[in-house]
Amino acid sequence: MLWIAWKMLIGNRVKYLGIIFGVVFAALLIAQQSSIFCGLMSLTVSQIRDVEGPGIWVMDKNVQFVDDVKPLADTELFRVKGVAGVEWAVPFYKGIVRARLEEGSYEQMILLGLDDATLVGAPEGLFMGSIAALRTPDAVIMDDAGYRRIWPDEPFRLGRTFEMNDRRAVLVGITRASRTFQSFPIVYTRYSQAVRFAPPERKVLSFILADASPGVPAEEVCRRIEAQTGLQALTRSQFIWKTIRYYLAKTGIPVNFAVTVFLGFLVGTAIAGQTFYLFTVENIRQFGALKAMGTGNGTILAMVLFQALQVGTIGYGVGVGLAALFGWASRNFTKLSFFMPWQVLAITAAAVFVIVLLASLLSIRKVLVVDPAIVFRG
Amino acid sequence: MDERTAATDVAVTPARADVAVRVRGVTKDFGSGDSVARALRGVDLDVPYGEMLMLVGPSGCGKTTLVSIVAGTLEPTAGEVVVLGQDLVAMGNARKVRFRRENVGFVFQAFNLLPALTAAENAAVPLLIAGWSRPRAVEVAAELLDTLGLGDRLAALPSELSGGQQQRVAIARALVHSPRLLVCDEPTSALDAENGRITMELIQQIAVQPDRAVIVVTHDARVYSFADRIASMEDGRIGAVSTGPRRSGPMPS
Repeated sequence: MLWIAWKMLIGNRVKYLGIIFGVVFAALLIAQQSSIFCGLMSLTVSQIRDVEGPGIWVMDKNVQFVDDVKPLADTELFRVKGVAGVEWAVPFYKGIVRARLEEGSYEQMILLGLDDATLVGAPEGLFMGSIAALRTPDAVIMDDAGYRRIWPDEPFRLGRTFEMNDRRAVLVGITRASRTFQSFPIVYTRYSQAVRFAPPERKVLSFILADASPGVPAEEVCRRIEAQTGLQALTRSQFIWKTIRYYLAKTGIPVNFAVTVFLGFLVGTAIAGQTFYLFTVENIRQFGALKAMGTGNGTILAMVLFQALQVGTIGYGVGVGLAALFGWASRNFTKLSFFMPWQVLAITAAAVFVIVLLASLLSIRKVLVVDPAIVFRG
Repeated sequence: MDERTAATDVAVTPARADVAVRVRGVTKDFGSGDSVARALRGVDLDVPYGEMLMLVGPSGCGKTTLVSIVAGTLEPTAGEVVVLGQDLVAMGNARKVRFRRENVGFVFQAFNLLPALTAAENAAVPLLIAGWSRPRAVEVAAELLDTLGLGDRLAALPSELSGGQQQRVAIARALVHSPRLLVCDEPTSALDAENGRITMELIQQIAVQPDRAVIVVTHDARVYSFADRIASMEDGRIGAVSTGPRRSGPMPS
């Protein structure tokens, strides 16, 4: 009987495509907007992800997210180093500075200061210059997207200079780095140099990067650091989620995306539901004939649900495929963030399932209550 | 009633053991309260096995309501309905669905073929409902369609068939699972005279069997000649049951 349901469904091409269009529209919008939202959220934590090595981030207890820098006294570094279970701890500067370019214009930049001795947190994607060159005076490494932003249409070239806080910076390397939420150029330098590039402040230590001794869980070390120093200590993963939760709770970004996703859901449900209902109404005599000939309500219900799942599956596949195609096609447009984790696929699938279920509800009611005697009426 | 078929005005009540359909005191109301409409007003009717009974009468007289009740697709308001030895009034809905699936064949006025299925697939639907495998069901249906002269149209969609051919597919669909009661609702009203005659001949030749009863609802006087008996309905009642020309001898010219 499911075969008959399928034949009935594809028998009316216009309505069949109409229902699928509704589901595709919803799946596309939900998957695409959710992926852009995930992309945006991943931008907010890109600097945490890009700092390879440390498993623990230590910061002021009032820090709410990665860009919410509340500087610490330099002495806090030694207190953290003294906590049992801390294998190593290094200073890390993070701030936004204003740079004066050679031609006299100004540009905001994200300045990252790495530990002078170890250079922990140095960029992994260096493709021009060397990390070791950071040890030379005034040396900085810049991300490629930032370079293109400052010097568009110019080839990558080392040795370029600019000023931060009236101090000369020399470009000694260019690296690939994840884009940031602010989209500012990222400049890496040594910690001792970073505090000179930054405007003078009484406290300058943004974060302490640390790692747990072998065999000691990072969470346990974080607990000990917090108990002993009064600072906030988070594992890398905890810090990532704390930052994401901040953006979810304190900005209008999720609401804006949720509104769009909800509209997609609503419009998709309306289109699919209306077309599916019309399809059912058009076939109501056929359903009545099947009931008259001895098809039970359970089978009729299964047929309608099967039809709904058919269009749902196809619509989901096409919609998510189009969303993925959109993400792939726009991967080189650096201003668009697009990240489609499996959770987006799962959420979209759940939404599509609800859409086809809602869309079929009216139809199910219609076919279940249809009097088989309808077939005797002219 | 057509004068050619008005042989007698006496009800022909067969012996009870031979009765396929037994209806007693059946009423049917539609609506409720002040807006209630009484479609049947105490109908008594017997249809023996091996007989083709025609229900005739003007539009709105209750023919379709009565045949719907006999076929088990509509509940009577009151009365007794025993079909093929089964009390339909006492029967639960699930059993009634199974009863229809196994025992009743339908030929509808509007054919009600599934437009997306081929002729063979349409004729196979009752077997598919009964759980047969699709290839076997279509094969059996194809054999029956071949008997009905549609062997070369098995793969045609209903939209590719003439009205007469569609009705033949509908007849095949009604008979493919060998039902013991065949209910035909205005089987010729959508057909021209020639196709109407062919359709009735097919029903008579193939459907009318000693172990089967056939009820035909019609107001097409041209087909009265195929009836064993004719029950004339008026205003929700059976006015007269007369012997049809098939039993009463050759029709006067």
